[in-house]
Amino acid sequence: MLKALENISALYANPTRFMQLAARLHAPLWALALALLAYGLFRAFQVPEDYQQGETVKIMFVHVPAAWMALFGYSFIFFASVTALIFRHPLGHVAARAAAPVGATFTLIALVTGSLWGQPMWGTWWVWDARLTSMLVLLFVYLGYIAIWQAIEEPTRAARTAALLAIVGFINVPIVKFSVDWWNTLHQPASVSRLARPALHADFLYPLLIMGVAFLALFFALTLTRMQMEILRQKLRVRRMRTNQGA
Amino acid sequence: MSVFWAICRQHAVLAWRGGHTTLAVAFLFIGVTLMPFGLGPELALLQALAPGLLWVVLIMALLTSLDRLFQADYEDGSLDQMMLMPLPLEFVVLAKLLGHYIALVLPLLLAVPLAGLLLNLAPAHLPMLLLAMLAGSPALVLLGGIGASLAVSVRRGGLLTVLLSLPFYVPVMIFGAGASQQALAGEVDETRLAILLLISLASLLAAPVAIAAALRNAVR
Repeated sequence: MLKALENISALYANPTRFMQLAARLHAPLWALALALLAYGLFRAFQVPEDYQQGETVKIMFVHVPAAWMALFGYSFIFFASVTALIFRHPLGHVAARAAAPVGATFTLIALVTGSLWGQPMWGTWWVWDARLTSMLVLLFVYLGYIAIWQAIEEPTRAARTAALLAIVGFINVPIVKFSVDWWNTLHQPASVSRLARPALHADFLYPLLIMGVAFLALFFALTLTRMQMEILRQKLRVRRMRTNQGA
Repeated sequence: MSVFWAICRQHAVLAWRGGHTTLAVAFLFIGVTLMPFGLGPELALLQALAPGLLWVVLIMALLTSLDRLFQADYEDGSLDQMMLMPLPLEFVVLAKLLGHYIALVLPLLLAVPLAGLLLNLAPAHLPMLLLAMLAGSPALVLLGGIGASLAVSVRRGGLLTVLLSLPFYVPVMIFGAGASQQALAGEVDETRLAILLLISLASLLAAPVAIAAALRNAVR
């Protein structure tokens, strides 16, 4: 099993091979993401009004999956960076760099929808609640990661520095979460995480899970597109340097 | 080991002679002076906010000094020399961080009581506040070093260093300011102090390794 995985990963270490695979995956992945998103949104609008929250409960179907993807995105960057730094897989850096703005955008969506939801529910646009606050810190972690890529000009140095930051930052995220929880808690506790018996009614749960899978597919579709762009950009860079030398 | 102390001493002396100690302390006082202009001169309000304000100003003063940690050595090539020394780079880093602590953080902590008086803190509140700062400040320097080392190859990387370091400062800030706030009630907050010490110890183990890795990467 591990050997097979190793072979596969070695096979796609070649950017040209990866680009062939990506070209084949590109359209189906986007189709799947958009179809799931459309179906999930349709189901979300069928949901009955919540007796306490009314129509605003529908914000949940965007807010909660976005928050999941914010955390998933950073974990993805972490694992891609570990792959790049320890196993020297050349696609690791490309994948981590491609995923960063996607994850940061999901974090921003979670924050903005949370704020829109908080206004009617808590009576204010922003509360310094534990989860909102740790999400905000996560956004800063994303921004720092993106800034490193932009600030360091030399590509290999930028890649390794960004990977180091991703790893150290990944250790920091749960510590921030723990300390912010200690500091202040107002947000309702996670209601889907208990897999055995979720606290959420099935009418709400299924559309939410569909939206979760849709966002996951969207994350991979966006990241794949950005990886293709990044590899093309690198090729362009090399070609430009060659023509400059020739001239 | 004498090399360790030589590096530590050199860093501290350079920071002192270069006027960075004075600048950091002056920054602390200017920050504290601005607070009443923003919040109003009411003494009761200032006292209630003082522990948190002092932590914020302390962190700001420290942040402005972070790009001094490795940048100059990186630019003039001293860092390459330090990597050739028999002393492992992790210990070179530790020596510089210790020098930074002695030359910048200790003077800042000495200035805190006076700054506290400006914000109407009673002398009775000070021991607990200083205890919390003593427990938390090693982590501030060690974690700030991570941000500084990642941004070392960026010219004028001061702001980048700040952006990278701040997420690491959140836990220290929460427990440090929390423990200091208890000082106003005249209580000793052993739990938060213990957590602060734990964060400092964990940073002592992890930060030099991360910083050394980032510096090797920058020099290569």
